[in-house]
Amino acid sequence: MCRLAAITSKDYISPLEPILALETMKEGHDGSGLGLTLKDLGGEFEKLKKYPVLSGICSQDGKKTLDAYMKSRGFTLKHEWRPKIKPVKGIAARDHYFARAYDYPAAFKNRSLPEKEDLLMHTRLGIRKVGEPDGSIFAFSFYPDVITLKEVGDPLEVAEFFGLDKDSLSARVVLAQGRQNTNYAIYLYACHPFFIQGYCSMTNGENTAFVPIREFLSGRGFPGYMGYNSDSEVFTHILHYSVRQLGFPLPYYKDVITPLKAAEIEQREDRDAIRLMKQSLRPLCIDGPNMVIGFTPDGTCFMVQDSKKLRPGVVGGVKGRYALMSEECGVDSAVPKRDREKDFYPMKYDMVIISPQAQEVKVWNQLHG
Amino acid sequence: MEPASRLDHNHKLSLREFPYIIRWRDDRCKRCGRCTAVCPVKAIVPSVKVMRSVHSEGPIPTPGSTRRTVQVVEQVTNMERYCTGCGTCALVCPNEAIEPEFNPANKLLHYKNKGGDGYKRGGRRNDPSISTLDRLKFTRISMLTDPALDAGRHEFRIRTLLGRVLAPEAMPLSVVNGKLGIDARNNIFVPPVREIYPIMIGSMSIGALSPPMWEGLAMGVAYLNEVEGMPVVMCSGEGGMPPRLLRSKYLKYFIIQIASGYFGWDEIIHALPHMIEDPAAIEIKYGQGAKPGDGGLLMAQKVLKLIAKIRGVPQMVDLASPPTHQTKYSIEEAVAKMIQSMSMAWGFRVPVYPKISGSKTARAVLNNLARNPYAAALSIDGEDGGTGAAYNVSMDKMGHPIASNLRECYLDLVKQGKQNELPLIAAGGVGKKGNLAANAAALIMLGASAVSIGKYIMQTASDCFGDENNRCNLCNTGQCPRGITTQDPKLYRRLDPDKVAERVVEVFKSADTELKKIFAPMGRSTELPIGMSDGLSIDDKAMAERLGISYAC
Repeated sequence: MCRLAAITSKDYISPLEPILALETMKEGHDGSGLGLTLKDLGGEFEKLKKYPVLSGICSQDGKKTLDAYMKSRGFTLKHEWRPKIKPVKGIAARDHYFARAYDYPAAFKNRSLPEKEDLLMHTRLGIRKVGEPDGSIFAFSFYPDVITLKEVGDPLEVAEFFGLDKDSLSARVVLAQGRQNTNYAIYLYACHPFFIQGYCSMTNGENTAFVPIREFLSGRGFPGYMGYNSDSEVFTHILHYSVRQLGFPLPYYKDVITPLKAAEIEQREDRDAIRLMKQSLRPLCIDGPNMVIGFTPDGTCFMVQDSKKLRPGVVGGVKGRYALMSEECGVDSAVPKRDREKDFYPMKYDMVIISPQAQEVKVWNQLHG
Repeated sequence: MEPASRLDHNHKLSLREFPYIIRWRDDRCKRCGRCTAVCPVKAIVPSVKVMRSVHSEGPIPTPGSTRRTVQVVEQVTNMERYCTGCGTCALVCPNEAIEPEFNPANKLLHYKNKGGDGYKRGGRRNDPSISTLDRLKFTRISMLTDPALDAGRHEFRIRTLLGRVLAPEAMPLSVVNGKLGIDARNNIFVPPVREIYPIMIGSMSIGALSPPMWEGLAMGVAYLNEVEGMPVVMCSGEGGMPPRLLRSKYLKYFIIQIASGYFGWDEIIHALPHMIEDPAAIEIKYGQGAKPGDGGLLMAQKVLKLIAKIRGVPQMVDLASPPTHQTKYSIEEAVAKMIQSMSMAWGFRVPVYPKISGSKTARAVLNNLARNPYAAALSIDGEDGGTGAAYNVSMDKMGHPIASNLRECYLDLVKQGKQNELPLIAAGGVGKKGNLAANAAALIMLGASAVSIGKYIMQTASDCFGDENNRCNLCNTGQCPRGITTQDPKLYRRLDPDKVAERVVEVFKSADTELKKIFAPMGRSTELPIGMSDGLSIDDKAMAERLGISYAC
């Protein structure tokens, strides 16, 4: 089972913090990889918030290809962060790990956000298409104020490899995932968290309904719904589809992935709408066992369970700093000084929603809407 | 001089030509006559033979003979009265003195065309081999990486949707104060959708079935809905429905079929103003898996008083539904019109969908329907479907297997992103070897929203003798020895409708349990695993490739 650690905070935090929380949850072999997504960036990116950041990895040749590709698309490099790699046994270093802030092409500078988002996504997909066949470039995210890091290995060792303990990289929201005991031939595009146009999520557990969900998303005619090297990527895309594409308020994500039974729907004030949703979005119903942690473009974080609550998950913290973890010891590591009585273990109807900068926690109950 | 043919019997067929050979035991038979009386085809007759025995007696044995007459049961060698192997004789024999034995070397089809007409029968394709559906295995088992569910403890939702489902992008929703509501401003038509059990009872008409058989099925369906809470629906078949049922609250459990003969529709149309419930759906029959491209046929011997009344026709006439609807000159226009007309008759409150035979052309039909917002589903009936009457050649040689036909249709919808919008109903050979739940689950995972069963439920609920070795298959003759497909009261009084209903309930309840036993280890419980093709494997590479699933051996 994958371990998940997320911290949302009003102050900038080091990405090492959720990785240390992951470490407390470690049991058994854990060398399958680490994925990190940072949102609402601090440090050297604090003044670059309006510029999209391309996160990825490339080879020497890939770097040339990437530079040429970005130039041809009209993007100009504003700033580049590169981790100070410290060789760690067992982790094969690749040539270039990077997070590059670019300025938009001139024609897009005054465009609307959705237009810019589409440009960024198409650019990322274009890079992926160019770099994937020979493995010369991996592009994980390309979006303002977001950085994604991924590498195969034990999470703590990967953090050491990236030199995160000594780096000034920081963010207000950090999602970290450690893969455990699944496939040995780990492909970087299969590592959580997954990101698309401001929406991000990571999941533990298998997704038994993966194929029908993937086929449904692939048929939406949206180019970003691709990849699916992991069965968990669909959770991110369902989030994006529900909230961005269909315009549903965030709690309805829960109604999409774990629809209520007919009799339960009748208790809801918005029953007419969710009855219709349940039909039209039937293939997006998950069957677990899954716990999903994610964030939306405004920095809202959430945790949600499958309808049988087959995976652990806990949220705890204080105003200004909340931890969303797959296990209690992770919360203890991230926010040791808190009232543990107020920790919340979302059950099958619950969705925990934490407002940006960890100001407010709401537990939304699906039965009551 | 006596003709040679009388001496050598050269004009007669030998019993070796017959599909079933009667094994009669002189030593056990008490000559009660029940077997010969009950035989539906008069393939056995009581006969008197002269037995000559030769014996030698005396100190110098001298041969002498005596003659005596004995009563025997004899199989006739007339192909018009061939033994169908139904075994009714064995059923009524008090001493186990008689039974038919299948003769695999038979030459029935060489001779069953007397008078220049091809062999007609009921049943389904005479192919006892293992079907594709029975070769499919469920191989994605939740083992440690995710917990297998408990079929006995977890809550399962084995339901499906019948009706056109709106594309998510077309849902008339708007957000008010953070909540979603229906936005009536755009006046978007929301098609009717029924939540039903994914195994439906397919179209078998009153007429093809005897009154107690049809009634038994109907009672079973009503019980499943009202008492067991399982929303099983049943299709009327072509030939109308009992007038009282049309006006009852139970109509909602029935799909009314309209086919090319429009039999029974006069009564249905007249009942329309008096209906207190809408039917579950309307099925427009364009084809049938057992006899694709061929029309319906109810033979004159089954058109007795009740059937004649319900269908609005004279008694004792062959009722042939044409192979095609007379109004159907193009799918683009005529089928759309028919769907529209039927929808309009019930105020657009009832899903209307066509049923076709499995065919290479199924995708063309599908794509037309996919563009018709009023088409509620597509039902595809594969070659292993059954029928009450058809030419043997239609049953044995015409049609398309359901598995690949369904799969290519589903994948076509997937390409268009419409797999949830137009439900596919798969039929034809589901439960052929008795594996109802496994066949249904396999078809669902290949992309069916629901499956339809006809012959399986008929056989199981009423102990039908028929099989794929051409056993019995007398459905067309009106001589059904079980009373299932006959309109002769002397025969159908053998069938107790309550027992039929009881069996229907038992079959569905056990299938429900078995479906859970399939879905639970695969980690599926909350939604029907439609299109979960990663769960399936087959032991043939070509089949695996054709179906887009994995090969496992």
